[in-house]
Amino acid sequence: MDLNIIWFILITVLFIGFFFLEGFDYGVGILLPFIGKEDRERRAIINSIGTFWDGNEVWMLTAGGAMFAAFPNWYATLFSGFYLALVVMLLALIARGVAFEYRSKKDDPVWRNRWDWVIFVGSFVPALLWGVAISNIIRGVPIDANMNYTGNFFTLLNPYSLVGGIASVLLFTLHGSIFLSLKLTDTLLDRARNVAGKLWLPATALLFVYVIFGYFDTDMFSKLGVNPGVIPILAGVAILSVGYLLKIKKEGWAFVMTGITIAFSTVTVFMGLFPRVMVSSTNNDFSLTIYNASSSPYTLQVMSIVALIFVPIVLAYQAWSYWIFRKRVSTKSKLEY
Amino acid sequence: MDVLTLSRLQFAVTTVYHFFFVPITLGLSIAVAIMQTAYYRTGNESYKKMTKFWGKLFLINFAIGVVTGIVQEFQFGMNWSQYSRFMGDIFGAPLAIEALLAFFMESTFLGIWIFGWDRISKKLHLTAIWLVAIGSNLSAIWILAANSFMQQPVGYAVRNGRAEMTDFFALITNGHLWVQFPHVFFGAVATAGFLILSISAYHLVKNEKHDVFKKSFKFGAAYALFGSLLVILVGHTQAQYMIKVQPMKMAAAEALWETENPAAMSLFTFGDEANRKDIFAIKFSGGLSFLAYNKFEGEVKGINQLQKETEEKFGPGDYVPPVAISYWTFRIMVGAGFLMLLIAALSLLKAYKQNYEFKPITYKIVFWSMLLPVIANSTGWLFTEIARQPWTVFGLFTTANSVSNTVSAGEVLFSLIAYTAIYAVLMVIMISLMKKFAVRSVNEIEIEDHEAVEDNILSKA
Repeated sequence: MDLNIIWFILITVLFIGFFFLEGFDYGVGILLPFIGKEDRERRAIINSIGTFWDGNEVWMLTAGGAMFAAFPNWYATLFSGFYLALVVMLLALIARGVAFEYRSKKDDPVWRNRWDWVIFVGSFVPALLWGVAISNIIRGVPIDANMNYTGNFFTLLNPYSLVGGIASVLLFTLHGSIFLSLKLTDTLLDRARNVAGKLWLPATALLFVYVIFGYFDTDMFSKLGVNPGVIPILAGVAILSVGYLLKIKKEGWAFVMTGITIAFSTVTVFMGLFPRVMVSSTNNDFSLTIYNASSSPYTLQVMSIVALIFVPIVLAYQAWSYWIFRKRVSTKSKLEY
Repeated sequence: MDVLTLSRLQFAVTTVYHFFFVPITLGLSIAVAIMQTAYYRTGNESYKKMTKFWGKLFLINFAIGVVTGIVQEFQFGMNWSQYSRFMGDIFGAPLAIEALLAFFMESTFLGIWIFGWDRISKKLHLTAIWLVAIGSNLSAIWILAANSFMQQPVGYAVRNGRAEMTDFFALITNGHLWVQFPHVFFGAVATAGFLILSISAYHLVKNEKHDVFKKSFKFGAAYALFGSLLVILVGHTQAQYMIKVQPMKMAAAEALWETENPAAMSLFTFGDEANRKDIFAIKFSGGLSFLAYNKFEGEVKGINQLQKETEEKFGPGDYVPPVAISYWTFRIMVGAGFLMLLIAALSLLKAYKQNYEFKPITYKIVFWSMLLPVIANSTGWLFTEIARQPWTVFGLFTTANSVSNTVSAGEVLFSLIAYTAIYAVLMVIMISLMKKFAVRSVNEIEIEDHEAVEDNILSKA
């Protein structure tokens, strides 16, 4: 196995970490105005991800940085090609990050309510756009022989990518509602459970629509075959089991299962891409691959050593932070945000 | 405007804006960590209150620094895709390492620090803030390693149609990095020092002569003095380094048209940039030679000769950066630096004499001095990036070749307006919050602390 493949896998892992972790805190942000009726409740909800959201977001930054370092042409084509979509996403992320920190710093209902909706929009937009972006990467976008994107903003808005966007919003929101079921108490807990129960069916249904759509609209079918293998099947089984697990109030397991669905769906997408990193709809030969988009062997070596040392350390301290703040948050807790 | 101009303008706006907050994060994280260490060691409640008071301002500032940083990481690919393709093999690595090594550390431990008061052991909580401070400052080293490569490319070879890294250690032992990082670092210390100094002065004047603000004033003055003094000394070393590595930058900073020996230092020049000559100038003879070589003689190359030499090397073209902007940004930076040194020194003297009475004019000067480092930081970066033009990577790759070729001027105009608008709104909000928490009395910190304890008891019940 060469370093290009290892870096393809590592970037897959970074995206899994990003979608798994930011997935639930996007979900929590989307649910905030609905599950939290009054101020103290909303504060409890924000505080349930208060310790973690910033660290979670770094997964996205690291994935972006790793793309830049290991596959500069991928980074260049994707980020310049999807320009306007990314601008919109950045605006959402800017507003969202500030909102968490600033919301509770003024004791003014209007001020707080405004920030709550900023958190909602700031979570909804990236959840949607990441689904749209990933769908377009796998579906293929017009890319010329010089690796330049030749489409425009509207090229990215096609039925398949929009279904993908809505599916990712629903999946992340479900994931977030289950996370809240694990972190909240009393009435808030009941509401989170209730929402999770209601979200499961539409999220699951849309995910399957997306998969079926994908077999027609992408080359996943020819790549993965009629029997797609164990990973995509497990992703499907996991999301199916969530409905039952929620019914018997096994939220811990349900969270593991939505996590598996997110992780294995991400793996499936990257398997479908491999060895490409961006599909060209203009000409298959123009697709970016882990070879024509990559850095030099030397840079990949250096980065491999760095990643080998630091990824485990990061995982260890981040897991530890989840462990020390594992307690549920109630409206009576000491709230920082 | 064309896509190149708009992209440059956007990079300038977003980067200068981002760098309003970064130095405060770098310097204040360490300041808060020092305060908390003092509390941990002595158990003195004043230090705890200081930690909480300045910690709150730190958080308000930090949030905006983080979110504007996301734009920074994305816009290389978005607006400078040709640069990313040509330089990615080298430039991507420090950015990825910055995220992996520094961003994870600062964000995770900041979460632990915010939520850790009275929840985790005092020792662990103190460790958390130190890790935040170390993480933030580590991130500065990595991004400056990337920037230093742009000023002085090292450890690379041009092959396969791009620049490829050949020596990672050359990248991190780049001489430029180790004059630039200390300059940025001590500038950040000074920035935080003046923030503490100015706000403490506000409280001392508004008649809250509480121990917390006396201690803060003294600390702020010492911290500001330490930062200002070292940023000047390091800046001097950096200037001498610049003459060797980027002579054109120095010539532009001094509006030195012709090579001189001994070279005069300009005190004030009003020049004609198009015809490359002075209209009116006051010069200090031998001054520039002294700056360059610590003696009053020695040749310093002028713009015309450097232009000629560069043309011989790279072919015809205009290799002269915008001289007037370079000249004035450099002067404003240096001027602000010396003013900072003076004000910090006098403030520290005041604190040593236990004199916490301010004449109205003194107070005004001390209060508004918090803007001086911000001005110096911004003009310093504008200078260092503008006087490198027409290059993005000095002598290797031009700015005109760097810009994204698939993004239209209309798209960049849209993003420029959108970023500027949201940044302006955030600035207003941020200042209003900073103000709200900066004018809090010690009493209010106590009340908040008390509420927190009550909360905690409730949650345990």
